Amino acid sequence: MQKEVLYGLYDDEEVLLKAISRARESHMNIMDVFTPFPVHGLEHAMGLSESRLHISGFVYGAIGALTAFLFMTWVFTRDWPIIFGGKPYWSVPAFIPITFEVTVLFAAVGMVVTFYTICGMWPGVKPAVLDERITDDKFCLAFDATHSTEEERSAMEGFLSSSGASEVHTKNV
Amino acid sequence: MSAPVSAIRDPLIEGGKTYHDITEDICSPTEKTPNLAWIIAFIISASALAFYVFCVAWTVWQGIGSWNLNRTINWGWDITNFVWWVGIGHAGTLISAILLLFRQKWRTGVNRAAEAMTIFAVMCAGQFPLIHMGRLWLAFFIFPYPNTRGPLWVNFNSPLLWDVFAISTYFTVSLLFWYTGLVPDLATVRDRARGLRKKIYNFVSFGWTGAAKHWQRWESLSLVLAGLATPLVLSVHTIVSFDFATSVIPGWHTTIFPPYFVAGAIFSGFAMVQTLMVITRKVLNLQEYITLEHIESMNKVILLTGTMVGVAYLTELFIAWYSGYIYEQFAFYNRVLGPYYWSYIGMMSCNVLSPQIFWFRKMRRSIFVTFIMSIFVNIGMWFERFVIISSTLARDYLPTSWSYYTPTWVEIGLFIGTLGLFFTLYLVFTRLAPVVAVAEVKSILKTAGDQYVGNGAQAQAGTVEQKEVH
Repeated sequence: MQKEVLYGLYDDEEVLLKAISRARESHMNIMDVFTPFPVHGLEHAMGLSESRLHISGFVYGAIGALTAFLFMTWVFTRDWPIIFGGKPYWSVPAFIPITFEVTVLFAAVGMVVTFYTICGMWPGVKPAVLDERITDDKFCLAFDATHSTEEERSAMEGFLSSSGASEVHTKNV
Repeated sequence: MSAPVSAIRDPLIEGGKTYHDITEDICSPTEKTPNLAWIIAFIISASALAFYVFCVAWTVWQGIGSWNLNRTINWGWDITNFVWWVGIGHAGTLISAILLLFRQKWRTGVNRAAEAMTIFAVMCAGQFPLIHMGRLWLAFFIFPYPNTRGPLWVNFNSPLLWDVFAISTYFTVSLLFWYTGLVPDLATVRDRARGLRKKIYNFVSFGWTGAAKHWQRWESLSLVLAGLATPLVLSVHTIVSFDFATSVIPGWHTTIFPPYFVAGAIFSGFAMVQTLMVITRKVLNLQEYITLEHIESMNKVILLTGTMVGVAYLTELFIAWYSGYIYEQFAFYNRVLGPYYWSYIGMMSCNVLSPQIFWFRKMRRSIFVTFIMSIFVNIGMWFERFVIISSTLARDYLPTSWSYYTPTWVEIGLFIGTLGLFFTLYLVFTRLAPVVAVAEVKSILKTAGDQYVGNGAQAQAGTVEQKEVH
């Protein structure tokens, strides 16, 4: 569905952070904030909850560890037991390196796939770029103005320019 | 901003850059036609790569007999090159992961190129065990897949198989880490491009917009990947050293190998980063982002790890004498004074003695000395692996099978060829992607830019320094 976005472009991240706090104080509904680099303190200013991505990493890692260790155990004790160098079939210390590597592999691959999936990013996705300078040096604070009245719209515009935005635009994405 | 600004630290970004200047300076080389130096370098590298393809074809067609390996010396230049390349492939992940965890800001100037270098070096390393197998087309036998021979599984107790898992995991994780870091910068290139170029960069930047939530997840992902990559990078060369340490060959069967190999890997990796950075910053005009400060920091790491490697060499000699075990004593006597004494001298002088020059600040900050030293270290670390492998195998338990090994042109060609592969990939990379992490450099501008910190800081720096930490 098409959205009408009203956004302001800021030249400095500190001005943007102050604007976000002000917008939240006056209960304005921020659609999203776009920045050219990870701005320190942005998630606190916006009140974003902590990312749970690292929990998924732990789960994938645990799956990897179990997969590797149980598979090697099954192979060397059930499926095809072979004695190597007079050691026991179930020679646990020798399984550690591969268990570790597979743990890391599962955790890393799983997390990266999860990251791109939940962000809706994939090769060929057409991004809703509000302004091409956002990946360069502009900091963007965006409001959803699809269902806004003229009055609300002018309030948003007024807020953006009074909070230090150097430009204010509207765009359908 | 919110991070504390140190008045003591020298700036990491020079030239009073704005955010836009950073984008412009780092992205513009990818948008211009390559200069003559690049074209000449590319032709030389691509020719070496072509020769590599020829040498591989020759080896496969003629068989491993086209190398000078024999029953006694069954590892020669091939495994020397493998270990050398894997070692080089350690600096990138060290810089990007360990330095991220330690919050070292200078990593942002060099991490992108160093990670790229890591990936290319691991690709070169992976070539050698594969070709060494002889029947290259059966290389998939190393993976534990359900086969029609039982299924007969691979030997999970073998360090050589651990190596398969270690190297392939390391390659995959490094690639994912590098590419995820690259995505926002590819989006920057996309937003500067037009036409077909825009379509291509749109495809490879996965539709990145720079939304706050995406950045938050991106930072979380980077941090966890760094946390995973840190033990991984230490495990990889540890496992490579197990290839030797778990054998019963005197001179190899030592517990010092894992830390000694890891220190050597970081040492040689940083040397290769220096070789590339000194050239890259000059050719792409990035002296303001890869500053003398960065170069000095890396030279300190080279001094530290070079000295650690030196301590390991001396410890080996001491322990060989102290063990009272004549075979161990002979192995080391043979390393120092045997038929390959010249490679031991090369190793000692390049790895232990020459880096001591970096005790002097003036030398650490000299581009010329840095470049020469980085070449010395690369040569020295190659010698180290050659000393460990060939000099040990040339004098084994049975004097009747003692032998002397010199490579054939095919083995030399394979080594030169992987250098061709490495530099071809690196040169292509410098044309396609920003060689410095654009977004990450922007994120440290206000705490490390020379208009804010250091002696040349302007009046506005005062206001930044007074900002409180939260």
